[in-house]
Amino acid sequence: MAETREVERPLSPHLQIYRPQITSISSILTRITGNALIVASLLIVWWLLAAATSEAYFRVADAVLTSWFGDLVLVLSLWAVWYHYLAGLRHLLWDAGKGLELQTAERLGWACIIGSVVLTVITLLLV
Amino acid sequence: MRYLTARKRAEGLGSAGSGTDHHWYMIISSVGLAFVVPVFLVAFGRALGGDRAEVLASFSNPAMAILTGLVIFFGLRHFAAGAQTMIEDYSKGLTRKVLVIFVTILSYGMIATGLFALAKIAL
Repeated sequence: MAETREVERPLSPHLQIYRPQITSISSILTRITGNALIVASLLIVWWLLAAATSEAYFRVADAVLTSWFGDLVLVLSLWAVWYHYLAGLRHLLWDAGKGLELQTAERLGWACIIGSVVLTVITLLLV
Repeated sequence: MRYLTARKRAEGLGSAGSGTDHHWYMIISSVGLAFVVPVFLVAFGRALGGDRAEVLASFSNPAMAILTGLVIFFGLRHFAAGAQTMIEDYSKGLTRKVLVIFVTILSYGMIATGLFALAKIAL
């Protein structure tokens, strides 16, 4: 009978020593931005409820959303939604089986990052 | 005993037990959101900062009320489905169940709250 022995197998690269690549970074960012948007969603739903309820309640919620901290959260969320938007379009493209060549995929990653910053600035100029 | 062949029972379902429904829902909701989110971002950004009368006037507009309702409903369902994928990637057993139940309840709770507020403002 064959003896079972521990074989020294190569370990798969661990996240902490893995060289960051635009493809993996842009994928992780998609997850982070998508889930982090719950914070802005909670703020906006609360703000709408306050507006629907009373003048006094609205003043409280509006003060939070228009404070420097509210501005910070909402501007970061604006970038997050644009990033998630572009990364989502990229995902739809990939789902259709297109744009999967390495060089194209890497360019699309940069397009998401640069494009999201540009769209954030444009949106801020429009509002 | 159900009179189904083994193949018929398994067809289209895969290891998740619900086939590709979850992924397909992400695709449908993302395409829908791609149309309404950019308009909402600008419309909401313009409404924010006004006093209560101005905010109520903005969201009383039928187009704005419908747009916001769509963003709240599909945005939060899209969130719950996406968050569930993350939870299933990083947790297992009871923790996974509790977290999935939590995000599902959270999303429906926020949808109900948001739509109630919109209805009260717009109607």
